[in-house]
Amino acid sequence: MDAIEKQLNNPPWNLRYILIVTALVLILFIWSLSAINLENMGQSGLEIAASIIGGILNPDLELLFNFTSQGVMYLLVETMAIAFLGTIIGAILAIPLAFLSASNIVPKPVAGLTRIILIVIRTIPALVYGLMFIRVTGPGPFAGVLTISLISIGMLAKLFVDAIEDLDTSILESMTSIGCTTFEKIRYGIFPQLFSMFLSVIIYRFDMNLREASILGLVGAGGIGAPLIFAMNAYRWTEVGSILIGLVVLILIVELFSNRIRTKLVRG
Amino acid sequence: MYDKIIPPSKITLPNGKVVHEKKSRTPIIILLLIIATIISVRFTNFEMSVLVSRISEFFVIIDQMIPPKWEYIDFIWQPLMDTIKMSLLGSILGSIAAVPAAYFAASNVMSKPVAAVSKFLLSILRTLPTLVSALIATFIFGLGTLAGTVAIFLFTIAYVGKLLYEQIENADMKSFEAMEAAGMTKIQAFRYAIFPQVLPNYLSTSLFCFEGNVRYAAILGYVGAGGIGLLLDEGLGWRDYPSVGMILLMLIITVYLIEQVSEHFRKKLI
Repeated sequence: MDAIEKQLNNPPWNLRYILIVTALVLILFIWSLSAINLENMGQSGLEIAASIIGGILNPDLELLFNFTSQGVMYLLVETMAIAFLGTIIGAILAIPLAFLSASNIVPKPVAGLTRIILIVIRTIPALVYGLMFIRVTGPGPFAGVLTISLISIGMLAKLFVDAIEDLDTSILESMTSIGCTTFEKIRYGIFPQLFSMFLSVIIYRFDMNLREASILGLVGAGGIGAPLIFAMNAYRWTEVGSILIGLVVLILIVELFSNRIRTKLVRG
Repeated sequence: MYDKIIPPSKITLPNGKVVHEKKSRTPIIILLLIIATIISVRFTNFEMSVLVSRISEFFVIIDQMIPPKWEYIDFIWQPLMDTIKMSLLGSILGSIAAVPAAYFAASNVMSKPVAAVSKFLLSILRTLPTLVSALIATFIFGLGTLAGTVAIFLFTIAYVGKLLYEQIENADMKSFEAMEAAGMTKIQAFRYAIFPQVLPNYLSTSLFCFEGNVRYAAILGYVGAGGIGLLLDEGLGWRDYPSVGMILLMLIITVYLIEQVSEHFRKKLI
């Protein structure tokens, strides 16, 4: 039997494999069904749901357009400032780590070790870092900046590494053959290849950081999170409504702009 | 507009032609970035000197976490399994619900107004921080894992739904049109022409979302939505850092294993 015939007789897709995977997923699904516990569901659930929706539909407009340091606008700007500075610091820290974990630049063991460190950094929840940094700086947005920069390192470095490992090395070889120095090779061979990819990744991360920064307030690390959680725990739904509307609109606007810039960057 | 403020420089070629060279926009972008940085520093009270002089405080907690309290592991299993269950259930149900959501939001299979409204709803759902939706869910469904599952479910719909409708919009429409022309209904044509095209990417996205959800689920306990976050909150509150270290260690191992498994399957899919 030659190879073509063998290929013909092979089933087009491996039925047994798919069945086993499906069965496994089903078993896991049934196992996880026990996460549903209705005994804690109070009578007031629907009532609260109604008042939440009511609050979001009738936001506290005075709070929303209040420009003092208690108002939603100020808090949104503060949240953005935290995300912006955190992203920049995180990006600066992530670049050396990314080169250290790219397997085409450093030896394999070093790359593996750096990768494990990155996984550890990425997995620890942001709120834990928040508490650690509050020890350093005291509560406030400063702690938020440091937290955001630390948690962005993990993902930034991972995406940077993908860009670095895709580097076209033939350009470097041709530069060596015409006698470029190392600095020239980096400046004209590597930098232009990486710059737009890196920038696109950083802008994407800024998008995500804005979302992260909005919950850091929970541990006292500044931003709009703290007033939001307080308002929710105090059942002041009109306030919750105005904060959520501000936050959602801000995130949507930022996302729109960042998507535009990124398509421009990628397409050149 | 930029070219009007700073006119492009004129270069006269040897053959007498005049070409305009547009000035680079880099300086203005760098200037804007610097201004934004300065404003951010003002707003956040960023001070390098504080950071340098007190950074050792950061390692105090880490120092106390090592060595972790090994015997604490008996208390961790149950919440850890709860966390995995929450994210698994939320991810599976969310990914399934994302298919109709994406179908309604894709402008090439749905009429334009319906697609626009669905897209808008999906993006609102996506912008809500998971922690906030979890907190709202605890008010409605009571404290416990159900609230966390609901929060993860909502986030998964929004995330997988968005990536899925983008793929549907980029799918090859020829076979869809052919099937419609042959007399199939829209849903039948979607099922046999578009769904097979997007299926591998859809499964891969769902797996990726599940990976991320395990990490999110770990903090949901902070607002009372069940899982390992409750223990974490308790440990941090009591300053019982060796236990916190043990929780984090278990969390890191779990996330690493799940990532490895899911990466294996994702590579097979694509």
